[in-house]
This record gives sequence, structure tokens and C-alpha cells, in this order.
Amino acid sequence: MALPQDTDPKLAEYAHPERLVTTDWLAANLGAAGLVVVESDEDVLLYDTGHIPGAVKVDWHTELNDPVTRDYVDGARFAEICGERGITRDTTVVFYGDRNNWWATYALWVFSLFGHPDVRILDGGRAKWVAEGREMTSEAPKPEQVDYPVIERDDATIRAFKEDVLAHLGRPMVDVRSPGEYSGELLHMPEYPQEGAVRGGHIPGAASVPWARAAAEDATFKPRAELEAIYLDEQGLEPDDEVVAYCRIGERSSHTWFVLTHLLGFAHVRNYDGSWTEWGNSVRVPIAQGTERGSA
Amino acid sequence: MSTDGLPPQLAELVEDFSDVGPKDRLQLLLELSRELPELPARYADAADTMEQVHECQSPLFLAVEVEPDGDRLVHLYFSAPPEAPTTRGFASIMHAGLDGEPAAAVLGVPDDFYVALGLAQAVSPLRLRGMAAMLARIKNQVRAEVA
Repeated sequence: MALPQDTDPKLAEYAHPERLVTTDWLAANLGAAGLVVVESDEDVLLYDTGHIPGAVKVDWHTELNDPVTRDYVDGARFAEICGERGITRDTTVVFYGDRNNWWATYALWVFSLFGHPDVRILDGGRAKWVAEGREMTSEAPKPEQVDYPVIERDDATIRAFKEDVLAHLGRPMVDVRSPGEYSGELLHMPEYPQEGAVRGGHIPGAASVPWARAAAEDATFKPRAELEAIYLDEQGLEPDDEVVAYCRIGERSSHTWFVLTHLLGFAHVRNYDGSWTEWGNSVRVPIAQGTERGSA
Repeated sequence: MSTDGLPPQLAELVEDFSDVGPKDRLQLLLELSRELPELPARYADAADTMEQVHECQSPLFLAVEVEPDGDRLVHLYFSAPPEAPTTRGFASIMHAGLDGEPAAAVLGVPDDFYVALGLAQAVSPLRLRGMAAMLARIKNQVRAEVA
């Protein structure tokens, strides 16, 4: 049974308020049957230093990625990951994490590839929960093993591959990396480990909207009107547009995917997880450098 | 596991890591992250004199001092926030393994020594890049001091 929706007025303005909960809602619902809280961080050790009571950890590098092929885990492995954390197909899963929920939205996106029905983000994530002085613990939860069905991953609806992006050239794209990565400057730092791409720049036609512009100072998502000012008014995107978002490996762009899809109600947004580490290493794909969008 | 070319404290750390499984390696890294010494006051008040290690996924600042005489012993100072325990753990490995060693020993550490820690599986290769960058920047500063 899905838990009731958070009726907070700020959330109610978003296109899909059922995809978010506030810290107040989570504090009131902690421990409820049918709820599992998942922490997903950039820092692989952060959960272990203390977490929301009862929350389980999902690490994207070591758990959501296939260890050999550059791909996500398959349905069988996903079923194990969920089952051992007490997540059934009916469970309400609330994700939270560090860095403006960057990795939490990534984990939610991967859960969405498997069509998990009730996934939500804790607005403000770990930072807001901690800033409000709410309870944290380092006590490891002991979830009961449950059955999760083996679901075939849907790679067509919210995920884009390189071939899809090539076919998409000329239509709306959002590059969510930093301005230096977008222009191509960041590949010119000698001696130090690089971003892992042999060419710098962006996919021609892509708009530059660094992902964190969607986050407020307190790590919550900006109110709907402010998000519309950025993506609709400033960048000229329309909710009916087919949009591809990308970054370096698809993590920051899952944050933008969440914003466009669930907060602004765009119906056709795909995340290109190959992102710059694939595009910037590919032979004969078009690249634009500098601050202009360029065209293919 | 080869510890050739490593100063004794660093060699010991590498052995500690390679002796245990991936889960315990993370635990070890967490313990080390708690042992990273506080920044001395002269740096706490002057963060702009420290070098930022941009390759780390979380903000990490580094200062290197080399004694002017004798074996030119190297002293390392790090600053990383508590919400970045992995980065703190990496810095702590550098501190525990290299602080107080002669400049020549620091410069002699193989650039890929961190591979021997066996953290790639537990932490992911991407996150380990910060560690390589930390060593590269330490060596650059030491090199500049002894030149």
C-alpha cells in the first residue's frame, strides 16, 4: 500500500507533487509499514557516519552499475538489491542524499528504469534533515528479506543511447555540466587526471543549464515559478518537447531529468547516461566548443 | 601485494587494506577518516594559502611543508569537511603514510601505489582518481621546495 501523499503547499505547485516529501512528512511517517527510506550519496562512506533512522543505503557505483559491462544492473540483480532491503513492488521508496539530492535523483531514475511505482525524493535531502537537527543514527537497520519480482529494464522511455542522441540532433538538449566543461576549457589542465574524455565541448545545439541551478540554498528544489523562469522562459523549452539531458556520466543530468519530468511536467525527457565520457571519446560525432550552442 | 618503494608507514597501511575484504576496507577507510588531524591554527585562519585538490569530488585543501635542513622531512596538512568522509579517508592515508618522511621517500612513492589498497571494487575507480591527484600535487609541491 502506498503511503498518503504529502499535501505541503509548496509541493502542491509542482506537476507531480506525489514524487516529493518534506522533512516534516518523513519525520511523521518514519517507521510506517510500506515505507523504505533509501540514502544515496556521492560519498560512499557518508551513510556509515550517520543516517536517518531505519534508512538503508544504495551506492550507485558499487550497487546500481553492472560491475563489468558499462550498464545498469539487470532485473535479477535489481530484485536482489530491493529484496534484501525490504523493498517490495508495493513499497513507497523515499530517496535522499548529499549534494542537493544529486545521487538520490540518480538512484530514483534507475529505480524508474525498472518502473518501480512509488518513488519519491525527500525535498532538501540529507542537508536539510541535518540542518533541522533531526534524528540521525549510525545503527545499521536489519530489514526483513522480501520478494521483489524480476522486472525487465525499460531502456526506451527515459534513457537515451548515443544512437538516440545522434537521431535527436537539432531538437532540444540540455547540458547540465559546469560552464567550463560545456565550453571545453576544462580539458586543458595539464598533468592532472582528466575528466576521462579526449575531446572537450558539448553536443551541438545543447543548452547550458548547470544542474544545481534548480536547487535552492537549503538544498530543496526551487519553487515551480523559479524553475519555469529558468527552463521555460530563459531556455525556451516547452513541456511537450522531447528533451535529452546529459552530463559526464548521467548522474547530474538525472537531477535535471527529475526537475523537468516530475516538477515541471515534461512528458518526454530522456537521460543520456553515456554522456560526455562517451560522446567526448567517440569517433566522428559532432562537437561544439565555446559558449554558443552551435548546430550539427 | 607489492609494497616496493613505499615508506614503512604507508607500506603498513597498504598491507592492512589488502589483508581484509572489500567491506572491511570501507570500514578501515571510515576509521582513518576520523583520525585525520585537525588543521593547525596557522592554516585554519589562512585557507587561501592552501592548494585545492580539484580532482576530489569534495572540497579538499592541502598544504605541504618541507624542513629546510637535514633529510628535508615533509609535513602534510589537509582540510576536508566532515560530510566528505571518503575524501578525508584518502587524506588520512596520505597523512599517516607520508607525514614526517624525507622528501626523497615521498618523491619515490609510485604514482599508482593506491591500486595496491584494493579500494577500486569497494569505492569505484572514479572516486580513486582524487587519491592519485592528491599524491601528484604533494609531489609537485615537494619538488618545488627541494629544487
